[in-house]
Amino acid sequence: MSVLTVFIADDETPARERLRELLGDIALEIPTRVVGEARNGLEAVERVPECGARVVLLDIHMPGLGGLEVARHLARLPQPPAVVFVTAHDRHAVEAFELNALDYLLKPVRAERLAAALRKAMAAGPTAAEPLARAAGQAREYLSAAERNRILLVPLRDVLYFKAELKYVTLRTREREHLIEESLIALEREFADRFVRIHRNCLVAKGAIRGFERAADEDDERWLVVLDGLEERLPISRRQWPALRDLVAEK
Amino acid sequence: MASIRQNVYPDALPDFRNQGVIARALVGVNVLALAAALYSASSWPQVIEQFVAAAAFFEPLLLASVVLLYACTPLLARLPYWPGCAAVLGLVLLLAAGSHLWWLGAAGVLRTLVLAALVVTSLLGYLRLRAKAYSPALAEARLQALQARIRPHFLFNSLNAVLALIRRDPKRAERTLEDLADLFRTLMSDGRQFVRLADEVALLERYASIEQLRLGDRLRVVWELDSAPPDALLPPLLLQPLLENAIYHGVEPDVGTGEVLVRIERRGQRVLAQVENPYYPEHQHRAGNRMALANIRERLQLFFDAEARVETGVKDGRYVVQIEMPYRSRQGGRG
Repeated sequence: MSVLTVFIADDETPARERLRELLGDIALEIPTRVVGEARNGLEAVERVPECGARVVLLDIHMPGLGGLEVARHLARLPQPPAVVFVTAHDRHAVEAFELNALDYLLKPVRAERLAAALRKAMAAGPTAAEPLARAAGQAREYLSAAERNRILLVPLRDVLYFKAELKYVTLRTREREHLIEESLIALEREFADRFVRIHRNCLVAKGAIRGFERAADEDDERWLVVLDGLEERLPISRRQWPALRDLVAEK
Repeated sequence: MASIRQNVYPDALPDFRNQGVIARALVGVNVLALAAALYSASSWPQVIEQFVAAAAFFEPLLLASVVLLYACTPLLARLPYWPGCAAVLGLVLLLAAGSHLWWLGAAGVLRTLVLAALVVTSLLGYLRLRAKAYSPALAEARLQALQARIRPHFLFNSLNAVLALIRRDPKRAERTLEDLADLFRTLMSDGRQFVRLADEVALLERYASIEQLRLGDRLRVVWELDSAPPDALLPPLLLQPLLENAIYHGVEPDVGTGEVLVRIERRGQRVLAQVENPYYPEHQHRAGNRMALANIRERLQLFFDAEARVETGVKDGRYVVQIEMPYRSRQGGRG
């Protein structure tokens, strides 16, 4: 049997040490190698892709970025790892895991349970994005563009707009744009409280709307949206215009 | 447990020397008389007429009863509740019969006695219900329900941390388990008695050392306790939830190091306790903090009534909770 590569993410040092110890205890049964550790969610997103771990033991309650969101970003990798969540006490999360058939361990973790979870992870393979999204039950704080061994995170608060292109969605921040592999409809649903549709192919951040301009070269009434800190003007479709005008009037 | 505790406080006769009891008796009887006048009279002037006529008879009787009960209080207090009630009824009926015979003669004496008995029993019944509503047993039940609760999250993470220590540092593992035991002993003890500030501070330090083990250099606790009065009395586990909240909301959400300040001092006849932690607005939606604070407020009120205060606020990016309570010590006699 080949050696299973494992990544440990937990913000508490003793908890990481404990997991290492337990992996050592069950090494005869399941040979493992710890290829990396992280003390918080952002570190995990940064380090997991480059170390190529097949299983990630992921604490849910971590500063910066919680385990559930970390798992959702990892799932976008070309070769995503299997994720086993670890939690001390989080009834809501545990219920969501049960509901979506995601594997989890309760702290303090037992060696037998850890072995069983690793066996299951090896058999089942990578953890898919959909059950993770359902289990999370809330919008992400970051969007991610995954490359072969790297995940680029963009904070949602920096996003000015999403625009659907042929195959990808372009995400625009003040500084630059990124291509992400998500559908505009799914984005609209997930971030409904922060983004509004202005056109069939475009969602803009409500908080970034500065105002509207009349399109210069048109005879009939066509409007453009002006976004905070962006030269570019985005066209508003006739269908979305009344709703958008009301939204800004409310502000 | 609850039902056993209830029995610790059996019904007790009202204290007939208490101003509140006397006032309630005087007002109660007059209100009943007014109601009777309203019922039987056919016009407003008649109401007054009838009330005054009745008053001429019942006011002296009422006053005499109050005075008699006032005088007999030490004797009445020795009787169990029900015989005590019978004695009160007997005394009042005796006075009623006496005054009726004296002023009005033998005719209608029975009616007067029945009326007096009804008034006395309804007043006693009212005072009994009132005493029950404010009984110490009820206050205690509320206190127990309010007793601080440590988050399960903390318990399981601490046990996990101890497990990690057992092989590498058995001594420290032992110490941590001892700290945990102390913490939970206090948590499970009954929360009705005052504790000394020195003991509460020792508990805070144990709690902090467990958190330190979990969080390592991410947690820095600064203690300013030089002018803390060790003998001051306070409700148990009053400050621990504040420290727990400070760490949970102020240190755990951050990747870097968070500093928590615990300052306790005495200012004249007041004790001030203050806990400060870094403030992250985005983490304040957790309801736990508000619940813990409401809990502390209510416990302070049960222990100190209106003499204690809890204030919270954000100052210079730090969340500050301040408790102000009266300084009491066992020597002071008020504890």
